[in-house]
Amino acid sequence: MNQHRTHVCAELEAYLSEYIDGEAKESICRTIEEHLASCDNCRIVIDTIRKTIALYHIAPSEPVPNSVHDRLIKVLNLSDF
Amino acid sequence: MLFDFLVAVKPSQIEFAFDTHFGDNGINMTDNDAALVQAAQQGDKRAFAHLVQKYEQRVYNLARRMMRDPQDAEDVLQETFISVYRHLNEFQGDSSFSTWLYRIATNASLMKLRARKDLTVSLDAPVESDEGESAMPREIVDWSVTPEEALLNSEVRAQMDAAVAELPETMRAVFVLRDIEGLSVQETAEVLGISVPNVKTRLHRARMMLRERLSSYFKAHPVQKESVE
Repeated sequence: MNQHRTHVCAELEAYLSEYIDGEAKESICRTIEEHLASCDNCRIVIDTIRKTIALYHIAPSEPVPNSVHDRLIKVLNLSDF
Repeated sequence: MLFDFLVAVKPSQIEFAFDTHFGDNGINMTDNDAALVQAAQQGDKRAFAHLVQKYEQRVYNLARRMMRDPQDAEDVLQETFISVYRHLNEFQGDSSFSTWLYRIATNASLMKLRARKDLTVSLDAPVESDEGESAMPREIVDWSVTPEEALLNSEVRAQMDAAVAELPETMRAVFVLRDIEGLSVQETAEVLGISVPNVKTRLHRARMMLRERLSSYFKAHPVQKESVE
């Protein structure tokens, strides 16, 4: 799947998370954006990193089971509170 | 006996009504926490109980993500709050209470994992030493246009959980704290006692590995909009 990957793709790869988080230097952002205009692979990688983060962020967490909560309260001797 | 010190503590007789759900968002509840911590440091057990109930879910989230085994996650939950109780008077407020709590919980998780594997790798060691896999993307499949709600079925969630569980543990800790629990890079570094650049490197590798894993999955199991749960 990776046959069109260039040395520019490889060099920019290390900066993608900072770019996504809005923490990359302006010059890096500009370089990445110029590159994205002609590189569909890197655009897909960035979009799917963003989607990966979003999925984990919105996935509901497992509530503390009642039995686990009860044992915690008991071991902490907080049953009267 | 590990829990002996707790038995000696006499519960206060003061009645106190708690919320049973403590769903506050964000980790900076400093004003309220500071008052609760101060009261708990002075022996107010209802204040300590309030802190436990307020942060129980977050510690459990972290523990469930860090530990494969639910029993291990429960052990981490208990050990974390026992340790908090034991060391509460050492908390000086240099960091927020939640950062301090996350540090204890993360350390409890990593210690348990390392005891199993007898790992001696330093947390702040160069990333390459324990996480040598290349972060280079291999799967170029564009599944990003599908809405999150359509992607988040139970099978995908199982894949996501398995993918996180397979991350090397320090990388996992960084990803869980930063991208799941929503701490800043700086806070994550503070919790783990590692440098900000180290957090960024590990975070990026974790994201790339998870992206790769999910891309492989979605390539083999394309999500049809009709199959939205």
